[in-house]
Amino acid sequence: MKAAVIVFPGSNCDHDAVHALREIFSVETHEVWHGDTSLPSDTELVVLPGGFSYGDYLRSGAIARFSPIMDAVQAHAKAGRPTLGICNGFQVLVESHLLPGALLPNRGLKFCCRVIHLKVDGKGSPFTADIGEDEVMTMPVAHHEGRYHADEDTLDRLEGEGLVAFRYCGPDGSRGEAHNPNGSLRDIAGLMNPGGNVLGLMPHPERAVETVLGSADGRRIFESLLAAGRRAA
Amino acid sequence: MRVEVHVTLKPAVLDVQGKAVQGALHSLGHDAVTGLRQGKYFTFDLGSTDRAGAEAAVKDMCEKLLSNPVIEDFTYELQESA
Repeated sequence: MKAAVIVFPGSNCDHDAVHALREIFSVETHEVWHGDTSLPSDTELVVLPGGFSYGDYLRSGAIARFSPIMDAVQAHAKAGRPTLGICNGFQVLVESHLLPGALLPNRGLKFCCRVIHLKVDGKGSPFTADIGEDEVMTMPVAHHEGRYHADEDTLDRLEGEGLVAFRYCGPDGSRGEAHNPNGSLRDIAGLMNPGGNVLGLMPHPERAVETVLGSADGRRIFESLLAAGRRAA
Repeated sequence: MRVEVHVTLKPAVLDVQGKAVQGALHSLGHDAVTGLRQGKYFTFDLGSTDRAGAEAAVKDMCEKLLSNPVIEDFTYELQESA
């Protein structure tokens, strides 16, 4: 697999994503500057990393969406190739209309930096195919705008079509307001597109790939994607 | 042409910042304040004398960048520059 991590001005989790892919999973990984207009040839995975692209000015992700590289990212995603948006990357995906809805300031108005639990929901995507429905994963979140919002019809449709990829939960897998760090509607932590190849999530799997960092559960998402790639090959 | 744009959260969207500001006003003794919503204001010059064209351009700017139609509404005003 060959991966491209897009670097926007203000990205700050790009190195974490590169480290996870390159050092943990031995994936050939390229850092691509937002001002470039094309991805390295044969790029299979595009990662939009966490951070504060353009200082979160206007709305998180709103300006990054119009970066020169985003035409190539849109084409990559629309061709059905794996595209992963983490935190600010998720915000860029919704602003780009690659995923529906919006991410609003957290319910508590505070920047939320802590460890949360999440569970896979919905139908399989290459990112989640190998993760069991009862598997509770532990990952960090670090965001101010993570409250997922969409109108009721859209939420019903997303649930009906099995496009809610991850939901916040407690350590025992139970759902409830206490386990939802930001007030996301229906405890949504991550979403996928109908093709399953575009995934956006607020938690940081790339920061949870080594037990020394507190959790290696983030590996499950990358392992699932790599296994799906091997199956398809 | 001078353009003024207001962007506000749609009524159905919870405005946590607006709620916090209203709470702060209450704590200052302004108990009569209700329904406070926080928004954004943009003003800029547009080098155009064609009103219909300018209006179409401003609408395009609002729909594509200045607001996110999923969560926000916008209003705009155009004034001939003096």
